[in-house]
Amino acid sequence: MLPKYDVIVVGAGHAGCEAAHAAARMGSKVLLCTMNMNTIAQMSCNPAMGGVAKGQIVREIDALGGMSGIISDKSMIQFRMLNRSKGPAMWSPRSQNDRMRFAEEWRLALEQTPNVDFWQEMVTNIIVKDGRVTGVRTGIGMEFEAKAVVLTNGTFLNGIIHIGEKQMGGGRTGEGAAKGITEQLVQLGFEAGRMKTGTPPRVDGRSLDYSKMEEQLGDEIPEKFSFSDETKPLTQQRSCWITYTNKAVHETLETGFDRSPMFNGRIQGLGPRYCPSIEDKINRFAERDRHQIFVEPEGWNTVEIYVNGFSTSLPEDVQYEAMRKIPGFENAKMFRPGYAIEYDFFPPTQLKITLETQLIDNLYFAGQINGTTGYEEAACQGLIAGINAHRKVQELEPFILKRSDAYIGVLIDDLINKGTEEPYRMFTSRAEFRILLRQDNADLRLTELGHRIGLASDQRLEKLLDKKNDLNRLINDLQQKKVEPNDVNEGLEHLASATIKEKITVEKLLKRPQIDIKSVGSLDKELESYLAKYSNDVLEQAEIQIKYDSYINKEKAMAEKISQMEDLKFPTNFNVDDIKALSTEAREKIRKIKPETIGQASRISGVNPADISIIMVYLGR
Amino acid sequence: MSLAYQHLQDTIVALATPQGIGAIAVIRLSGADAITIANKVFKGKNLEAQESHTIHFGTIRDEGKIIDEVLISLFKAPKSFTKENVVEISTHGSNFIIKQVINVLLKHGARLAKPGEFTKRAFLNGQFDLAQAEAVADLISADSEAAHSAAMNQMRGGFSQEIHQLREELIHFASMIELELDFVEEDVEFASRDDLRKLIDKLLQVIEKLIVSFDLGNVIKNGVPTVIAGKPNAGKSTLLNALLNEEKAIVSEIAGTTRDFIEDEININGVIFRFIDTAGLRDTTDVVEAIGVSRTREKMKQASLILYLFDLTDTSIQEINQDINKLENLGIPFVKVANKIDKAEASLIDTLKSQHKDMLFISAGKKENLDDLKERIMELVNLDKFKTGSTVVTNIRHYQSLISTKNALNDVINGLDMEVTNDFLAMDIRQSLHHLGEITGEITTDDLLANIFSKFCIGK
Repeated sequence: MLPKYDVIVVGAGHAGCEAAHAAARMGSKVLLCTMNMNTIAQMSCNPAMGGVAKGQIVREIDALGGMSGIISDKSMIQFRMLNRSKGPAMWSPRSQNDRMRFAEEWRLALEQTPNVDFWQEMVTNIIVKDGRVTGVRTGIGMEFEAKAVVLTNGTFLNGIIHIGEKQMGGGRTGEGAAKGITEQLVQLGFEAGRMKTGTPPRVDGRSLDYSKMEEQLGDEIPEKFSFSDETKPLTQQRSCWITYTNKAVHETLETGFDRSPMFNGRIQGLGPRYCPSIEDKINRFAERDRHQIFVEPEGWNTVEIYVNGFSTSLPEDVQYEAMRKIPGFENAKMFRPGYAIEYDFFPPTQLKITLETQLIDNLYFAGQINGTTGYEEAACQGLIAGINAHRKVQELEPFILKRSDAYIGVLIDDLINKGTEEPYRMFTSRAEFRILLRQDNADLRLTELGHRIGLASDQRLEKLLDKKNDLNRLINDLQQKKVEPNDVNEGLEHLASATIKEKITVEKLLKRPQIDIKSVGSLDKELESYLAKYSNDVLEQAEIQIKYDSYINKEKAMAEKISQMEDLKFPTNFNVDDIKALSTEAREKIRKIKPETIGQASRISGVNPADISIIMVYLGR
Repeated sequence: MSLAYQHLQDTIVALATPQGIGAIAVIRLSGADAITIANKVFKGKNLEAQESHTIHFGTIRDEGKIIDEVLISLFKAPKSFTKENVVEISTHGSNFIIKQVINVLLKHGARLAKPGEFTKRAFLNGQFDLAQAEAVADLISADSEAAHSAAMNQMRGGFSQEIHQLREELIHFASMIELELDFVEEDVEFASRDDLRKLIDKLLQVIEKLIVSFDLGNVIKNGVPTVIAGKPNAGKSTLLNALLNEEKAIVSEIAGTTRDFIEDEININGVIFRFIDTAGLRDTTDVVEAIGVSRTREKMKQASLILYLFDLTDTSIQEINQDINKLENLGIPFVKVANKIDKAEASLIDTLKSQHKDMLFISAGKKENLDDLKERIMELVNLDKFKTGSTVVTNIRHYQSLISTKNALNDVINGLDMEVTNDFLAMDIRQSLHHLGEITGEITTDDLLANIFSKFCIGK
């Protein structure tokens, strides 16, 4: 007699792991089904987490009580805060990770999470009764019952790997594809599509000549992802290396174009524009005679190297020959060639904002199955799907993050309203409230929400509340405290900032571009000892909030203005066909996506502003 | 918050011609049942069997009793103003008849239209976009050639086009910034801050031109506020009447909704001149003296044009020069008009002519030299350029969006001055785009990304 589960998660990648952990942590009985327990939480692409916009997502996952931040911290070999020279909204944490340790840490974390069971086998079917999912069926015919199912199949659904003219079924190199689920879902009425992504060759680090490359060190004072005290910053780091392709490399690659599955039509799926293969870059940007190659170590001890920027599905002999014309790669030994992979996805416009499908109750989709790309994008969807599966089973209100709450909110809102034609990757420019959605304030934005739903721990909440108290006191004090010209003018001259004639608050000084929270302390002994009472975290937060308050407030005002549209719900008897002035496309999209509010409708692609103004007029606004 | 829900199914009726007695009145019906309802009260041909765009003679009857002989024009959906079935009934222009006809239509299933409801239906049924709908409203109330051409220009989308061009340039600008922000690892080259500043400056110039045009747009829409300054015996009302008769314009006494005083409007060469009857001015015996009174001065300052009128037969040169001095201090364009040349002493005229080359000599009573006066007035208001189809902002909503855009663009310039980082610049650019979007269409972040990818090579 098999146990009954609250939530079954199919797939144990970044999405599946977060979904299983979140649901179990909140109290659901969870079964995690994976085809291979040895490949839980694989980094199938490059061994790095975070980056611009993605680092913000990792911080948000962490602030809510998810695991990606902690796992990244525990397995990182290098940390950099990207964009330090830009404003705080752009500061983006990124780590290089030890691929094997990353997977190991995730597996250990899941094993230590009460309520998570594992099953190693391919799921071939979901079981549906009366429009509601009730469990899954496996390859050997096992049936597991559950109140909710989260599908996180990644690139495995009918995955086909292409290397030159060769092609083989598989979800990752050396791993089989998953069959059956797509066909069943299509039969149930889902629309399916095809996408493509790729990966570069892996090489032996001992065969590279690093003297011909630029070294890229980690930060001098490395930070970390997690707001919790569970992890510590690195004390030692490994470097990455930068080199470039050249004309000779490009010419060699071109000799294989006639055998490229990209160009001879064998690959139909659409690949990401912003993560193109090297042959795609050469083809589309013929005027450029070099492209950057980022050489990433795969771990602390392994010699394996990830050749970022050289993603390709050209024949392996062409890959090999071209690669060896890259400076530093003259004697490179290849571990395995790059490849392209095609897989099934389900246009995410078929989902509700909770990531539950519109068609089948209690069935959730997360990750690449929804047409996204990236570990972080997958992980945060898994988290939200896991949370909402749990809450649906417990008959609780859905958990929804708004676009002004988090990048996660932007991502899901984009997916369900706009859908995606190509693998969807997060950018800061996708968020209209970039200044509010910073990595430094993810805990202030989200930890209380995460605690309320039972995901973020009590310790996290306490730590946050302490931080908030400190922060309020500090900002308040800096607004009150004044400094005398005699005390600070010498220091100001030193900082190339204008001297003062009368008393001035510290807050005012901090707004000057030349002055930061550290240098303001150096101006005045008493101030210095006062500031020393606060943690770096709090000091930095206070500095950001004081320095940029006019921008922050402007964006808050905008967010409030826009949220008014979010409150305008469509009446229940609303029939979109009554409005003839709407474009046919707008009408079809609204019928299909079923937006609940005017605000949501305004973001559906194909529904243009004119359509929205028509609806507003029609509804008497 | 839920929304009120309105039905488009009703057939609506209203008087389409102005309230009041005229030779004929047109009553308009629009809706699915418009023809059916009209047919029930019409005796003549069976309207339901007739072609679209035909006219029919007959009578409107209420329970057999004839109300009026009418002409009925049929417009079948979608070939009508509202894209619904439309019936226009031309009756004789008596208030009694109009009321009776509308009543009988109401009795048979029509309902009274709300203000603007015909235009709203035309809009909802896809006849035109929002900016065009607003222009229709302006067009209906346009009673001068210039106002008409401004509204027409807007209705044909001229306004949207100019904004659209600006928006394109801004989107490109924004893309450059976003590119630099999101693709930090890429070795792509970006536009320099100097170039960005030049672009913003250019945009500001155009926006400011549009903002200024609003004041002129207002003038076109509402008329040029004009004051005739002069003593009561200078011939002010004679001149006004002379101008009125000359143009055969409608002398209207409009109790303005936003204006608490009565005024006369005169159409000169297609431009409306609104003669401000400043209470303070009328009550004072010496109007020019009254300019010194602050309350009157306020009124005067609302004027875009002053006609300084004096009587050649009873005004001394000293007096005239004093008055002219005061007027010059006001800083409002004014025309020096000497009246009653037919009765004046030739020597006085000669002296004035030598001292004031731009003085006009007329006789309001004899209608002499009025054309010269009109020509001078037209020169001063200089509205010619607006009749040639250039963009004039006449809509307060557009005006406010332009002001907000301008403020956001100025924030960008401030940001450049302060050397803030691009994420903050981007925010103010987005604000600008947002406000421009309020006029033409919302910007989506997708627009930015599409622009980025169409131009640059981005690799991971």
